Amino acid sequence: MKAIMLDKETYKQLLNQYISTQDEGALYRAERLTRNFIKKNILPEEIIDLHIQVLRETYPTIYEEMVYMCQFLLETMISYGLAIQENETLREKQLAMRTEISLAANIQKTLLSSTLPEVDGLDIGVISVPAKQMNGDYYHFVTGKDGSIGIALADIIGKGIPAALCMSMIKYAMESFPEQLMNPNDILRRLNHVVELNVDSSMFITMIYAKYKNGLLTYASAGHEPGIYYCKETDTFYNLKAKGLVLGVSTDVSYSQYEQELKAGDMIILLTDGVTEYRNGDQFAKRGELLRIIRQSMKLKAQDIVENVYQHFNSLSEYYQQDDFTLIILKKY
Amino acid sequence: MDSQSCVSIQLERDIIYARQIGRQFAEQLQFGLVEIARIAATISEIANNIFLYAEKGQICFQIMEGTGQKGLRIIASDVGPGIKNIEKAMEDGYSTSEGLGAGLPGIKRMMDEFEITSIVGEGTRIKVIKWVRSCDNEG
Ligand SMILES: Nc1ncnc2c1ncn2[C@@H]1O[C@H](COP(=O)(O)OP(=O)(O)O)[C@@H](O)[C@H]1O
Ligand SMILES: [Mg+2]
Repeated sequence: MKAIMLDKETYKQLLNQYISTQDEGALYRAERLTRNFIKKNILPEEIIDLHIQVLRETYPTIYEEMVYMCQFLLETMISYGLAIQENETLREKQLAMRTEISLAANIQKTLLSSTLPEVDGLDIGVISVPAKQMNGDYYHFVTGKDGSIGIALADIIGKGIPAALCMSMIKYAMESFPEQLMNPNDILRRLNHVVELNVDSSMFITMIYAKYKNGLLTYASAGHEPGIYYCKETDTFYNLKAKGLVLGVSTDVSYSQYEQELKAGDMIILLTDGVTEYRNGDQFAKRGELLRIIRQSMKLKAQDIVENVYQHFNSLSEYYQQDDFTLIILKKY
Repeated sequence: MDSQSCVSIQLERDIIYARQIGRQFAEQLQFGLVEIARIAATISEIANNIFLYAEKGQICFQIMEGTGQKGLRIIASDVGPGIKNIEKAMEDGYSTSEGLGAGLPGIKRMMDEFEITSIVGEGTRIKVIKWVRSCDNEG
């Protein structure tokens, strides 16, 4: 209350200064004062009240009509005052929610983190950068007892928290499958079943699952962005053709399985559509751009290549990351 | 003026009448302009709710004089349908006024004390008190 008395004095001074000089300086200082009012949660109706008090003090013989005018204005400001307060509360709530989401994002990171396996003859690099706080892309590596590695890369269409929750389900489902018998097409078939049963029909999941052992890559795809094969011998990139329905759309789906042999210097590139989807230009050109960058840095370690690609796209002026970005490169040596 | 008075709410014009009575009480208690305007706005909200949801009810005003404190108590009561989920109704952004800040949460902000009891099928009772602060009647 004391503070408002002080402010009242300032307000009065400024108002009087302005009345006699129409000084811009007084208006500027009034602007500062208003900011102060807002900080102290002083509402519009209270400022008008202040105004009326100053009017009465400065012009004791003021016409009552003038005061009525101000009172009328004051009454109409009550709703604005309430709206401001509601806004403030909602803003605080939103802030709290944001903190919660960032905590959840951290938990997600820990929960879904996957360490890169060590495989003789294979150099692996991964980068996964969410567009917002929660990542809707998911990758996972498993090492089999037979020395094979399994690589899962999924893109959950439908972002944010539901996607993140859905991902945990996929992870635990995959872990519950018996390891020995599992081929990529089996894994997708089973996952499709899990997703179909448990996930809201508004959410879709695309996935590519690959298994690597002794120079042979076996893979299957559930509607996922096609992977890329680089053949050293012909120095050419090929799309990894694979057909298969997105997970969770239909009950009984079987997936075809494909193979690709890898020789020294060959590469496999797996990605989500966030890598090739950014503001301008067409999809095809962007895949071309991706391959150009990969080709430029082909001699580097797989991890450096994927980081290079991300840096490159990120530095493009027209790039604005709309979607989660995940890129995996396997380099046979 | 008596220290207590009730207004029955059934037509929209009763809302205006209730505001008028409430304002008279508030002036009698020498509330400041801002508080008088808030009291009137509170009456609009509760009277409007009666008019909209309960069809009819009443609003009673009572001057409270206690130990060194003076204030205005307003009680709105109706035998309407009641409120199923009071917690929800008290949430910001829930009211159909959508982000205008009014409604029940707005009443709570404008008043010093707020109490709501509601039983589905029996009715709703809202009690609010606004205390006179010594600085309210300063120049
Ligand atoms: N007297 C009442 N009787 C029954 N329901 C009420 C009453 N007052 C409020 N409600 C219920 O509580 C809700 C919230 O009220 P309020 O905050 O005033 O917002 P609004 O009237 O804009 O919806 C109303 O939508 C209504 O369902
Ligand atoms: Mg209402």
